[in-house]
Amino acid sequence: MAKITLTNLAHSYFNNPNHDNDYALKPLNHEWTDGTAYALLGPSGCGKTTLLNLISGLLTPSKGKILFDGNDVTDLKTAARNIAQVFQFPVIYDTMTVRENLSFPLKNRGMKKDYIEKRVKEVADAISLNDILDKKASGLTADIKQKISLGRGLVREDVSAILFDEPLTVIDPHMKWQLRTQIKEVHKNLGHTMIYVTHDQTEALTFADKVIVMFEGEVLQIASAAELFERPAHTFVGYFIGSPGMNILPVSIEEDNAVLGSHNIMLDAKYKKLTGKIELGIRPEFVTITNDPFALPVTIDKVEDVGHYKIARARFQDHPLNIILNECDEIKSATTHVIFDKKKINIYQNDWRVEP
Amino acid sequence: MSLELKNISLAVEGHLHIYQSNLKLEKATMNVLLGPTLSGKTTLMRIMAGLEKPSSGQIIWNGKDITNCRLQDRDVAMVYQQFINYPTLSVYENIASPLRVMNKNKHEIEIAVKKAAEILKISPYLDRKPIELSGGQQQRCALARALVKGAGLVLLDEPLANLDYKLREELREEIPKIFERSGAIFVYATTEPEEALLLGGNTAALFEGRIRQFGKTSQVYRNPKDIITADVFSNPPMNFLKFRKKYKKLTFEDGISHTETDHLSNLSDGDYIAGFRANHLDLTRKRAAQIKFSVRVNHTEITGSETFIHMNYTGEKWIGLVKGVHNLDQAANIPVYLDLAHIYIFAEEGNLELSAFYATKVK
Amino acid sequence: MKKTRNQKAWFMVLPVLILVAFSAIIPLMTVVNYSVQDTFGNNNFFWVGLEWFEEILASDRVHDALGRQVTFTAIILAIEVPLGIFIALHMPKKSGFWSSLCLVLLALPLLIPWNVVGTIWQIFGRIDIGLLGYTLDKMGINYNYTQNALDAWITIIIMDVWHWTSLVVLLSYAGLRSIPGPYYQAAKIDQASRWAVFRHIELPKMKGVLLIAILLRFMDSFMIYTEPFVVTGGGPGNATTFLSIDLVKMAIGQFDLGPAAAFSLIYFLVILLVSWAFYTVMMNMDKEADV
Repeated sequence: MAKITLTNLAHSYFNNPNHDNDYALKPLNHEWTDGTAYALLGPSGCGKTTLLNLISGLLTPSKGKILFDGNDVTDLKTAARNIAQVFQFPVIYDTMTVRENLSFPLKNRGMKKDYIEKRVKEVADAISLNDILDKKASGLTADIKQKISLGRGLVREDVSAILFDEPLTVIDPHMKWQLRTQIKEVHKNLGHTMIYVTHDQTEALTFADKVIVMFEGEVLQIASAAELFERPAHTFVGYFIGSPGMNILPVSIEEDNAVLGSHNIMLDAKYKKLTGKIELGIRPEFVTITNDPFALPVTIDKVEDVGHYKIARARFQDHPLNIILNECDEIKSATTHVIFDKKKINIYQNDWRVEP
Repeated sequence: MSLELKNISLAVEGHLHIYQSNLKLEKATMNVLLGPTLSGKTTLMRIMAGLEKPSSGQIIWNGKDITNCRLQDRDVAMVYQQFINYPTLSVYENIASPLRVMNKNKHEIEIAVKKAAEILKISPYLDRKPIELSGGQQQRCALARALVKGAGLVLLDEPLANLDYKLREELREEIPKIFERSGAIFVYATTEPEEALLLGGNTAALFEGRIRQFGKTSQVYRNPKDIITADVFSNPPMNFLKFRKKYKKLTFEDGISHTETDHLSNLSDGDYIAGFRANHLDLTRKRAAQIKFSVRVNHTEITGSETFIHMNYTGEKWIGLVKGVHNLDQAANIPVYLDLAHIYIFAEEGNLELSAFYATKVK
Repeated sequence: MKKTRNQKAWFMVLPVLILVAFSAIIPLMTVVNYSVQDTFGNNNFFWVGLEWFEEILASDRVHDALGRQVTFTAIILAIEVPLGIFIALHMPKKSGFWSSLCLVLLALPLLIPWNVVGTIWQIFGRIDIGLLGYTLDKMGINYNYTQNALDAWITIIIMDVWHWTSLVVLLSYAGLRSIPGPYYQAAKIDQASRWAVFRHIELPKMKGVLLIAILLRFMDSFMIYTEPFVVTGGGPGNATTFLSIDLVKMAIGQFDLGPAAAFSLIYFLVILLVSWAFYTVMMNMDKEADV
């Protein structure tokens, strides 16, 4: 297990990058603490896989260093870095039984037979594979195969970090819950540093202690799920996290008053004078329909039933505004008014959040 | 326009892949096939498309038996999970390809392609090759090709499964709009309940080669006919608990009895299985009518706005979804509250005895 | 994947069936016809039943040819399959200039007609004008494929390896290329040895194409005719008289049509039987692995 330090780490797939846009990963400084579960979240092409490959040693960075527990591993090969990885599609050795699969990394490292047997049993217990240890690995379902790949990482006691590359892609929704739970339990009980790459916000938020939101090669925010939800540092984070994402409306700010068209919205705190592109962000969860005729007037185009809640697709003038309603709520009229929970309003200047 | 599957079944090497099924799809409807992997969604679609001949039964299209009709003569378009386009053709030519086969004239093709491209927001990329597009754009191109064909039956086999979460959200919203304009019969296969709900229309819940239930999506979601449909249509999975009804009392697995509520009065005495969805469990008593269960917390998952609580109730694994952030200690024993109006009651063999009371009121 | 059961599909293969009937089944029937009759010329045939078959099965000459044939096939399979895999493993993994160059170079021998290959090696090995024969002779090595049986065998085997290993390489290479990257990455992380990677990842994943390669090489080498005929003419003595050379000698050289027909039928059945057995065994192994 290890602390991972990234110093000025950047990567470009071009030989001579000279422009900022040539970098798939823009310079990044960060320290990842030992035993924490991290998720790299972002749309495809945001650089999350590049970052993962840099940590696993599959890629050598164009710039900067990677340290594991203070030791420079930048030029070390994958095998020398003591990491384990679970891939998008289950990678197992078809010719072997589950037991042989699990003992394989230890055998290759020349461990003693007794030790291997003991270790395999412990790991099989931890991820409940005991019952099928002597089955051929090739005939099993995708979720069990993923557990075997995870198990091959866990058997090594010296493993610095476990990397996951969208491990639930090929798993059925119901099985996802079980597998995710199992990975969480492994993390809690064994305390490995884990890095989990995904484009699925639910997976990232529920799995990680800290989520790293990336966009176009840049890290926008590193925070806990609750922080990302309440105080997205960038409008993209607000949009990307949450379904539907945050409502963003252009406003102008006068101290503790946001002016939206001809309407005033009271804010919780006073802001300095802001210039540039000023926007107000409010999550659909914190927009409430009201009878108050002085509140913000909106037109509701459509209500979608998502099962345990409803989404009202509304408009304020030409700006789309989503509202989350309870399962049993009913919309009586297409033209109505809404209020925002002022404690949950964030203000953005040129896409970045500003503190009051 | 209508498509009817009459007593369709499919056996491969003596193994039934699709059990005898009936399904009738009407003009201008969105029909979702919802079920886990290997539940028969793709097979059923292949039968509809004519790629697979059923072992028994008939396929009726507009009242005409087309069971033995060639694929080429059917009025079908299909979009797959993989982004399938002609790699050497430009996006324009890709979209135009079905029209070229139909020998449409140049002018007609241009109008149709431009219109489809506009609907799917790929107008700026018409000159590019598919490989130069992002995954989402490639799938838009495939969708445009299916759309432009003007087929009466459009089959979409998990078309968004390989796309990013947010892109999926966007396209999910767009697809129903697209189909509304075209008037075709749409069939959409997915493994995800949320997707079915967002698409709306009708849903057929599939499990192990059987169509368990077919009806309006929100109807199937709120009034599942059996325990399997209820579970297939719940994400997280539905929570279950056994109980016995005797002399107007309901006794649960933990041995605690509760007096029945009005809507349960017609239920005859006996043993049942109750099922409820994750979001109907509360951590605090919200209504006087809620009954209390004592559970043990396994772990919690926080999404930022909500918390999933994984727990154990006398051996049953439950998942609860509550608003807000709750950090509960592992192995803590906590009370949770459930309204009897939110439980579905199933007979022990799995058929629905009584739908959840609240569901009859949701519009 | 589910297979389509569509009886109508048979109509599609009807034209091919008719073609095959004319090109294979009808000539085959002629052979069957010859194999149960004898003639003293003038197109007068009479029924001899299974006499020819008995004669062939008991014939020492056929036994010897069969022995040579089995030895030859076994040797070339034992060389070409491992060598082919070995070369495929060492080809450039990424597509680019070098892998294309390798593929073109490898494909070259496959494009040369059989009799030309024979001629090339026939000349190549000659002591007076052939580069190989001349060099060996000058180096003091006593090499003469026209007189020494061992030299003749070595020449023919090297020729076949030169001609056909490429096929095994190309098929294996295709199999290797289809293995997704994460398998290799996982193996690196597990610190698997090169041998383990081969044994547990590469070999299982190329099993399918390898099976086809082995089958093709078996059938082809078992029926080899042109090249040894051009190089050695079956000699010295009968040293390189393989089954098909023997068969042609019998049928055309001696005009023993009856025995030759019986011979070719037995020959045909042997190949069919071995291929079938081989295929079934491999398929069963595949099924076992899936269960």
